Amino acid sequence: MTSKTSATLKANKAAGDGNLIGYFPAGYPTLEGSIEASIAMCQNGVDVLELGVPYSDPVMDGIVIQEATMVALNNGFKLKQTFDAVRAITAKVNTPVLVMTYWNPVLQYGIENFARDLVAAGGAGLITPDLIPDEAKEWLEISDKYELDRVFLGTPSSSPERMKTACDLSRGFVYAVSTMGITGARDEVDANARKVVAKVREASSTANTAVGIGISTADQVVEVNSYSDGAIVGSAFVRAYSEGGVEALKAKTIELSARLKK
Amino acid sequence: MSEQNLRSHVGPYFGEFGGRFVPESLIAALDELEATYNTAKADPSFAAELAELHRTYTGRPSIITEAKRFAEHCGNDVRVFLKREDLNHTGSHKINNVIGQALLTKRMGKTRIIAETGAGQHGVASATAAALFGLECVVYMGEVDTERQALNVARMKLLGAEVIPVTTGSKTLKDAINEALRDWVANVENTHYLLGTVAGPHPFPTMVRDFHSVIGTEARQQMLDEFGFLPTALAACVGGGSNAIGLFHAFLDDSDVKMFGFEAAGDGMGTPRHAATLNYGRPGVLHGARSYMLQDEDGQTMESHSISAGLDYPGVGPEHSWLKDLGRVEYRGISDAEAMDALRLLSRTEGIIPAIETAHALAGVIKLGKELPAGSSILVNLSGRGDKDMETAGKYFGLLDAAKEAQA
Ligand SMILES: Cc1ncc(COP(=O)(O)O)c(C=O)c1O
Repeated sequence: MTSKTSATLKANKAAGDGNLIGYFPAGYPTLEGSIEASIAMCQNGVDVLELGVPYSDPVMDGIVIQEATMVALNNGFKLKQTFDAVRAITAKVNTPVLVMTYWNPVLQYGIENFARDLVAAGGAGLITPDLIPDEAKEWLEISDKYELDRVFLGTPSSSPERMKTACDLSRGFVYAVSTMGITGARDEVDANARKVVAKVREASSTANTAVGIGISTADQVVEVNSYSDGAIVGSAFVRAYSEGGVEALKAKTIELSARLKK
Repeated sequence: MSEQNLRSHVGPYFGEFGGRFVPESLIAALDELEATYNTAKADPSFAAELAELHRTYTGRPSIITEAKRFAEHCGNDVRVFLKREDLNHTGSHKINNVIGQALLTKRMGKTRIIAETGAGQHGVASATAAALFGLECVVYMGEVDTERQALNVARMKLLGAEVIPVTTGSKTLKDAINEALRDWVANVENTHYLLGTVAGPHPFPTMVRDFHSVIGTEARQQMLDEFGFLPTALAACVGGGSNAIGLFHAFLDDSDVKMFGFEAAGDGMGTPRHAATLNYGRPGVLHGARSYMLQDEDGQTMESHSISAGLDYPGVGPEHSWLKDLGRVEYRGISDAEAMDALRLLSRTEGIIPAIETAHALAGVIKLGKELPAGSSILVNLSGRGDKDMETAGKYFGLLDAAKEAQA
């Protein structure tokens, strides 16, 4: 089973380049706005897009993403529009699109319905921040059936056994959580990030791993790429868009990706 | 049903409910908590220490009061017994769980506890235990609740806790839990999340239930010793479900004892403004467990509504979802108005002012008494006292205006 996400990450690394994985919430500020923003990110240096599903109780998210997803919900975002967004984005760009979603919306939509509609829309898979492999039996089966990526999290506190499980069961990449905390820009990317990546490498010789949580500057993106397979940026993109619209978002994407490509 | 041994059931799963739907960052902490709890459970010195604290600090065992004048309003020839958790130190059942978890916090070598609170009772109990054990304490409380339970905010502050008003989402209990979970993810090394009800990821639903099961264990023995029979029915209010499961647990395998949980129906059953999760919700994942919850078709959590801050929660503990589906417990809704009438009735017939949460159970008893055969007896968990609710009740009954008039 080939994962387009994995192939993209590996190809860039093999060429000596780094990877930038960019998060943007679907429906923020409107469905059309989020599609335009996501396409702009993909066209200006984001290698893998992480499209967020707005959710009422986002416990892994800091205030910037909470506020943006709340705007999306208040503007009437409906879950089905996730697929409209994925379809519109993948029609314009060839970037792999992963949907990042808390688990309850998928459960309510029906796991298999969600997988089927995601494939039909051209999506690559799911990042599931509150679904651990232990609870994912059904999703493992269905993601195999539909050949979707599934990204589980590895953290500074994950035991070696759990890290191995995350590596063995993830497809696309393993989300290395850089620090014990929630999303949001931080001045320094924790020394923990290196340790987490080292744990992933110990657990698996083949799994890709990208580092997320707290990354907001070009220096951090370059640094993280020196020892991992990619940097994941969310709040910094959302903040740029909130402050300056698509133009500011483009500029932020160029700023963060410029030094990754030869 | 009677063949089943329901009492011995433990998590992580209660049928299709329960589990651990949380970020990986919390798994190590949950594993540590579970291991610490299991070790403590097998250690007689832990049980002894907990029992001694309950005897000398909480004020256990709590007594049973027969409510004879109140019972006259509950149908023909029905006896009503109150399990007086309102007499516990800090004024509600919440302290049972808090003392247990505070001891575990010590065992884990952690120095800081965080808690969510709706009515403020769990926050007060947590702040109290933090003071007693010398722990740092931060309480997250929805901004709406800090207003309707202002007295409890003052109590927590006096006890040395920091109270953080939560301004995200619906600004009530559900959002306070989200904030507490975010804090925990970031500070898990030195912090224990002292969750206040039987919801959340495993091991919380099992562990919190065990700490509250003292309510039913005592009450069952007291009924036998003092009255010579077990009650026909049990009644308790259900927010997250801790006081209810605490009363029910010891009786789960007494198949002749009926059980009723009363949820907040806000404006009334059939109206859109309520917190009747088990009546109107459907299974989903919220705050780390699969259980019934109030949600829209997209799985977005819906806001609940209740005059009672402690019942104003769109989720419920997984064991209750299981007991509902098994048919072992019947869950019904009680409106704000019914609860407030019952609050006043108990005050005037027995000289006991219950918490508004508790008043939902009492309103349920008034109805239930009329359905049960003559000669029935109902044991109700009087989960808390109403002092904290005087502002709300005063406004509701127009007593504060009258006080002003009297002054003028
Ligand atoms: C007195 C009292 N009873 C009941 C409740 C509801 O919680 P639970 O359903 O967990 O017992 C609360 C919650 O704050 C409370 O303060």
